[in-house]
Amino acid sequence: MDVKFIPELKNEQQEAFPGQVIPTPGGGIIASTIQDVINWARSNSLWPLTFATSCCGIEMMSVASSKYDFSRFGFEVARASPRQADVIIVAGTIVQKMAPVLKRLYDQMADPKYVIAMGACAISGGPFFYNTYSVVKGADHVIPVDVYIPGCPPRPEALLHALITLQGKIKSGLTREQIKANPIQL
Amino acid sequence: MYTETQIINHTADELVVNVGPQHPATHGVLHLVITLQGETIKKVEPHLGYIHRSIEKMCESLTYRQFIYASSRMDYLSAHINNHACALVVEKGMQIEVPERAQYIRVIMDELTRIASHELWWGAMAMDLGAFTPFFYAFREREVITEIMEETCGARLTMNYMVPGGVMSDIHPDFQRRVKEFIQLFKSKIDEYDELVTGNVIFQNRTKGVGYLSKEDAISYGCSGAVARASGVSCDIRKLYPYDVYDKVVFDEILETAGDSFARYMIRMREMRESVKIIEQLIDNIPEGDYQAKTKAVLKLPKGDFYQRVETARGELGVYIVSEGATTPYRIKFRSPGFSNLSALDQMARGGKIGDLMATMGTLDLVIPDIDR
Amino acid sequence: MTNESIKEFVSNALPSATFDESGEFFTILIDAEQWKPLATLLHSMPHNFDYLFCLTCVDWKTHFTTVYHLTSTDHRRAIVVKAKVDRNDPLIDTVSDIWKTAEFHEREVFDLFGVRFKNHPDLRRLILTDDFEGYPLRKDFEDAVNMIKL
Repeated sequence: MDVKFIPELKNEQQEAFPGQVIPTPGGGIIASTIQDVINWARSNSLWPLTFATSCCGIEMMSVASSKYDFSRFGFEVARASPRQADVIIVAGTIVQKMAPVLKRLYDQMADPKYVIAMGACAISGGPFFYNTYSVVKGADHVIPVDVYIPGCPPRPEALLHALITLQGKIKSGLTREQIKANPIQL
Repeated sequence: MYTETQIINHTADELVVNVGPQHPATHGVLHLVITLQGETIKKVEPHLGYIHRSIEKMCESLTYRQFIYASSRMDYLSAHINNHACALVVEKGMQIEVPERAQYIRVIMDELTRIASHELWWGAMAMDLGAFTPFFYAFREREVITEIMEETCGARLTMNYMVPGGVMSDIHPDFQRRVKEFIQLFKSKIDEYDELVTGNVIFQNRTKGVGYLSKEDAISYGCSGAVARASGVSCDIRKLYPYDVYDKVVFDEILETAGDSFARYMIRMREMRESVKIIEQLIDNIPEGDYQAKTKAVLKLPKGDFYQRVETARGELGVYIVSEGATTPYRIKFRSPGFSNLSALDQMARGGKIGDLMATMGTLDLVIPDIDR
Repeated sequence: MTNESIKEFVSNALPSATFDESGEFFTILIDAEQWKPLATLLHSMPHNFDYLFCLTCVDWKTHFTTVYHLTSTDHRRAIVVKAKVDRNDPLIDTVSDIWKTAEFHEREVFDLFGVRFKNHPDLRRLILTDDFEGYPLRKDFEDAVNMIKL
């Protein structure tokens, strides 16, 4: 019972429910590992933290609203408190005054937590790279980042693709160091 | 982290509370330090700088065609209008004559941006006060406008479409038809918005009489835009110092005298209708011609200083360039509307409750990168 | 309310002020010590320049110039006042008791240029971090760590 939604993602990351179906009379049994089921559940209900500093925040708000809805992927409950959130979408430029605040928010989140760097400013300082004295050149100087989305601002579909990529990463169950050692085609 | 350098003398039942910088209702990264007695506000102090991207210093090393992209990231909800101001100041300095077709296109894009910005303001303000539905309604219409922009300009939010001399490329052949369809759709929707929020008893009780700003205070604090017009100050730059074809279109400047949050709300709702009127007058009469004037390859402003004011969705934006005759500006200053409007927040919020502070901040329509630059 | 009447009005009170009519707005050029009397004069009737819409500073390497753009809401006239401030010890009077918008604008000028305003109610850094060293918008500001030159 595997339904492939997006062709280029690997087969085992795109099933409706991980596991093998064993047909028995009177129904069926699905045999799976606990880790796979937990990863599947975690990736389908990530709660983002509302953190938008500048222009990319507006594209994040458009993804949250009705046309490019991200609540179909489980991201509906956008919490304002970091204690209740799983993923922080850094949308916007990080400046020297804001960097300690971002670190404090990241520290307050409970494990397992993920970070998406949205937009050119969060990746590397973006259009404010040269000749500025107050911009931190990339959110990964402050917190470790899982997914990077280029664009200024990136289209809403790009943010959705990044969310699906993050879901694939969670379902694969690998850590950041393992992925760096053997990059998988996501 | 910064340290509190001011000593606050407070009695035993005064409480100092931080709102922000990460907060769903502050529309960006604004840090307010509120001194409360019970639930009544004694003092509101804004702390800025959490998105200070040193745009003014950066623009001192960018040429006159390049610095336009930085201005559209300041107040990203009126990105076209900011770009328009930068293009106008360069044209004023170099005495460039903009063709008529470009002027019409610029004004139509400006008014569409104004409608999109006011819609987002309406949705976000209603969400701050607890109503979640208007947010989705507002974005539904905003998506139509951003699609029209994307067909012509290539980008949804930060389009650098205005250049010194005109616009960057001609409008899409479908542009006029799509804008006319949008206007038909929008006229029915704005009545729906009024039905949903404006007539709501809870909303009216939360905004009438809240956040009062008198006329003398509005002038002294340098407020502009809907904040000043709600207190009776006539300051619409499109009427007082018209630029491009604003002197040829007929529209009303909306003034109210109540000075409270409900007056500011009503002004913006009626401004949306006025923008529709302006677009209707212009959309069928776009003249044929060039979309960009011929300019030199390298632009150099003569020695001197130049100031241009435009009316963005938030108020008066001023671009002040001091030039020494080089290819880059010697000093550039962006006079942002939010900076002055924010300084009046302390005056408006004293004596009210925290819920009133949220209603007042919602009607000020702040975009924090515009304040910090 | 023409240029001539303003010139006359100001010259009677401050004989050493010079005027510049070449730009877009009528400009008055003064020294830093004369700013407070001129501001009080311009704010009082009959001229009533009650709306200060832009307050900024320009670094000319040998001195600073603080620039004030004023307009009158009744008469619809805008003028510019430029005050020359010494660079080694920049000090000028505050006008936040005349126009309340100056409070935030002067804090910003202090933050970015280092110009101190006498009798300002609350002069401290506004948009930079509290422990920032130096004044970034001065022309001789160097920051090898953060500023990456193109």
